[in-house]
Amino acid sequence: MWSKESPVKNIPKDDSSYETITCDVLIVGAGGAGMRAAIASFDGGADTLIVCKTLLGKAHTVMAEGGIAASLGNIDPNDSWEVHFSDTIVEGQSISNWKTAYIYAKEVVDRVYELEQYGALFDRTDDGKIMQRPFGAHTYRRLCYIGDRTGLELIRTLEDQVLKRKIPFMDEVEITALFKDATGRACAALAIKNRTGELLLIQFKAIILATGGCGKVYEVTSNSYESTGDGLSLAYRAGADLMDMEMMQFHPTGMIYPAGVRGLLVTEAVRGEGGILTNVKGERFMERYDPKRKELSARDIVARSIYTEIIEGRGTANGAVYLDITKRGPEYIKKKLPSMYYQFLEFAGVDITKQKMEVAPTVHYHMGGVRADPETAGTNVPGFYAAGEVACGLHGANRLGGNSLGDILVFGRRAGIAAARFAKENSMGRAAGQDIEGEVKRILAPFDSPNGTNPFALKERIAATMWKHVGIVRNEKDLRAGLADIDVIAEDAKRVEAKGPRIYNESWVASIQVWNMVLECRAIITSALERTESRGAHTRSDYPAKDDAHWLANIITRDDGGKMVHEVVPVQKPPPEVAALIKE
Amino acid sequence: MMAEMAQEPRKEVTLRVFRGVGNDPSSHRYDTFTVPHEDGMVVLNAIHYIQSHFDSSLSARWNCKAGRCGSCSAEINEVPRLMCKTPVDKFEGEITVEPMRAFPLVRDLATDVSDNWAVGMSIPPFTPRTGLKEPWTIKQEDVERSREMRKCIECFLCQDVCHVVREHKADYIGPRWVVKAASLDMHPLDGINRSDFLKDQAGLGYCNITKCCQEICPEHIIITDDAIIPEKERVVDRHYDPLVWAYRKLRGSK
Ligand SMILES: Cc1cc2nc3c(=O)[nH]c(=O)nc-3n(C[C@H](O)[C@H](O)[C@H](O)COP(=O)(O)OP(=O)(O)OC[C@H]3O[C@@H](n4cnc5c(N)ncnc54)[C@H](O)[C@@H]3O)c2cc1C
Ligand code: SF4
Ligand code: SF4
Ligand code: FES
Repeated sequence: MWSKESPVKNIPKDDSSYETITCDVLIVGAGGAGMRAAIASFDGGADTLIVCKTLLGKAHTVMAEGGIAASLGNIDPNDSWEVHFSDTIVEGQSISNWKTAYIYAKEVVDRVYELEQYGALFDRTDDGKIMQRPFGAHTYRRLCYIGDRTGLELIRTLEDQVLKRKIPFMDEVEITALFKDATGRACAALAIKNRTGELLLIQFKAIILATGGCGKVYEVTSNSYESTGDGLSLAYRAGADLMDMEMMQFHPTGMIYPAGVRGLLVTEAVRGEGGILTNVKGERFMERYDPKRKELSARDIVARSIYTEIIEGRGTANGAVYLDITKRGPEYIKKKLPSMYYQFLEFAGVDITKQKMEVAPTVHYHMGGVRADPETAGTNVPGFYAAGEVACGLHGANRLGGNSLGDILVFGRRAGIAAARFAKENSMGRAAGQDIEGEVKRILAPFDSPNGTNPFALKERIAATMWKHVGIVRNEKDLRAGLADIDVIAEDAKRVEAKGPRIYNESWVASIQVWNMVLECRAIITSALERTESRGAHTRSDYPAKDDAHWLANIITRDDGGKMVHEVVPVQKPPPEVAALIKE
Repeated sequence: MMAEMAQEPRKEVTLRVFRGVGNDPSSHRYDTFTVPHEDGMVVLNAIHYIQSHFDSSLSARWNCKAGRCGSCSAEINEVPRLMCKTPVDKFEGEITVEPMRAFPLVRDLATDVSDNWAVGMSIPPFTPRTGLKEPWTIKQEDVERSREMRKCIECFLCQDVCHVVREHKADYIGPRWVVKAASLDMHPLDGINRSDFLKDQAGLGYCNITKCCQEICPEHIIITDDAIIPEKERVVDRHYDPLVWAYRKLRGSK
């Protein structure tokens, strides 16, 4: 019955051959960052190729709900890019790259209007302008949104632009390694074509990493399947600097029940639209933790407050607190929060127009990532750019809601422009044959691991360990226990086994992802051990205070001859006229 | 949905899962697995349990596990549905999970949906009217009209269920793509008409309004009534009543 011609080829499991293709600019990832980068690179005249490991149009970005933060000032005319800049730096607890935040706040306004001109249909004000909703810790109402489906509209709009330009793309292709030429420039990548099981070598003049976050290293997470942070491993192994890896955002409100959907996001827009948090005694507890901003305090504060309520026994039987939006009435809720309405109705049997939601923190966003230059999104490796959640620089110790969708547009575009320029000015490098051979051998190993370990089970073990030992509140003992667990898992991961044929073999790509995840977890935990203070999303019970004397600094993670090392780099101070904009 | 639920709290769920490689019919078979039941469990949870406990060679496509991305499309007890949004408690007894039949099989539950992109590319893209004053002003009610069509998550379940797509694939673009054309046509500032395209290239005439597609859309898009029928009417207007069409164009309501 499935007789139609199928893309299937029969490839022996140990077949080490690969096809070679070339392009000017290779873009890894088709989320918002990757697609916006592709548009800019293509428009800059570069022969551009997009690869992504899931289907085109399915990237993690589709899940974004609340909106894009930009100081259009449509609702609050006093808003300006200066205030947005200040909010971003202050809530990032002063360890963002000031220049990244500066460029961001200025340019994101244009990116929103551009998205509209590409065809996105934002919600409107009464006078027909783009509507803006309040979000936590933004001074003004600033989030431009499309109901609670902003990410879907963003992805679809950019996808339309990619298709309109006929920019070539290859989906369900997983990049496993990057190679450098003899001069140290990034020049090629090895990939698995999932649908056929073939290997592919892609040679390029410049590469943009837009692989998104790594929230899947945690058990309770709002992130997609693909968020295994491959890009972090690819970058690290290629010699790029990682930064602030310990900074993992826990979103205050995830679903807790039923178990099958634990971690699924309950958008901040629920609080933006007036949702109230209460504990099991009916107290509006945010009044105690942040009397002024209450539910709309910064994410790190709300997440820690909910965590404290639950730990101190004021949570529900399911280990949650209540979130209540019923006062808005069914019509308003269904219009402004349609996805939330259906999400609770279909997954939990809860009608949020009549009943309270039960919520608890969930892993959400990785502020840390590949250290990227503010102007070009370039890394320390020539020809190698990074944009979007995989990159680091904008969000510091706590990302403001709505600043990620803006980030991916602003720096996706900048990366695309810079990479296209680099490609114009440089010829194609050549990867060393032995590097490629070594990588092919590495990634085929799971097929030659009889009675080996199950990659899906290993992923679950990693996620459980990180949730248990490297959670919202950390301390040295737990972190060391987590590291020891990861070491054991790493040993077991050496024997990971891919079962079945090469074609569409999830256990194969999952095996490679497990190796990536182990590496990232080590970087996260060792960076968390390094930062002996509490700042933003990183809370240490053994170092509860913020320590500006020592820690107005970023922690770099890099490979030093096969060893993971850290360097603590003081945050660059902005010039006085810029510093004057920052209002604590 | 609730009426179909089992009475006793169940402890286990049994799944009959299609297995096999696309080009090798001799490999096609059904494997049966029994997994522990969990509260709120969806079919995708059961598939994951199988992968991590019984058979890691089982392949299935998924990403968001939240009904948002449209990756995990399959036929569950013969109805096209999202695995991540289908509670196992919807059914009593064994649950059969098979890949979508309208697309070439890759392996196990994964099919090749890549043909869709060529279709997507053939639709005349969003083309704003000329001379618009920036920033654009748009009425909220006009936004809402188009919104329904923009909820589409490209799960292609409607393509799978459509008998015309199954039988005359090359001639009809299928419901997902009519929804796409409608979403562009309903953009209040779009300046082109897609009726010629829908009539001549898209094969809209093949659709005989069975409404099967709108019954299964996981995003609750009223595909036939709100996208297909209005588009069919527009084709009729444009080709048989140029006056109506010109009048609408003048009024700016297309
Ligand atoms: C539920 C939810 C709601 C959110 N809501 C908001 C919001 O309202 N506002 C906001 O600003 N932010 C929000 N965020 C955050 C925001 O959505 C993400 O940070 C952002 O979309 C990341 O985009 P990206 O382009 O960097 O990466 P992604 O969208 O994650 O895309 C990554 C791409 O890289 C590809 N890829 C990864 N690894 C490989 C590999 N090895 N080989 C090939 N390809 C690879 C993937 O296939 C994918 O195409 C939300 C996040 C979640 C989880
Ligand atoms: S209504 Fe038309 S498009 Fe929908 S399933 Fe029936 S024939 Fe196909
Ligand atoms: S219209 Fe509905 S069924 Fe069809 S692809 Fe879109 S979401 Fe899926
Ligand atoms: S996995 Fe995204 S819709 Fe099911």
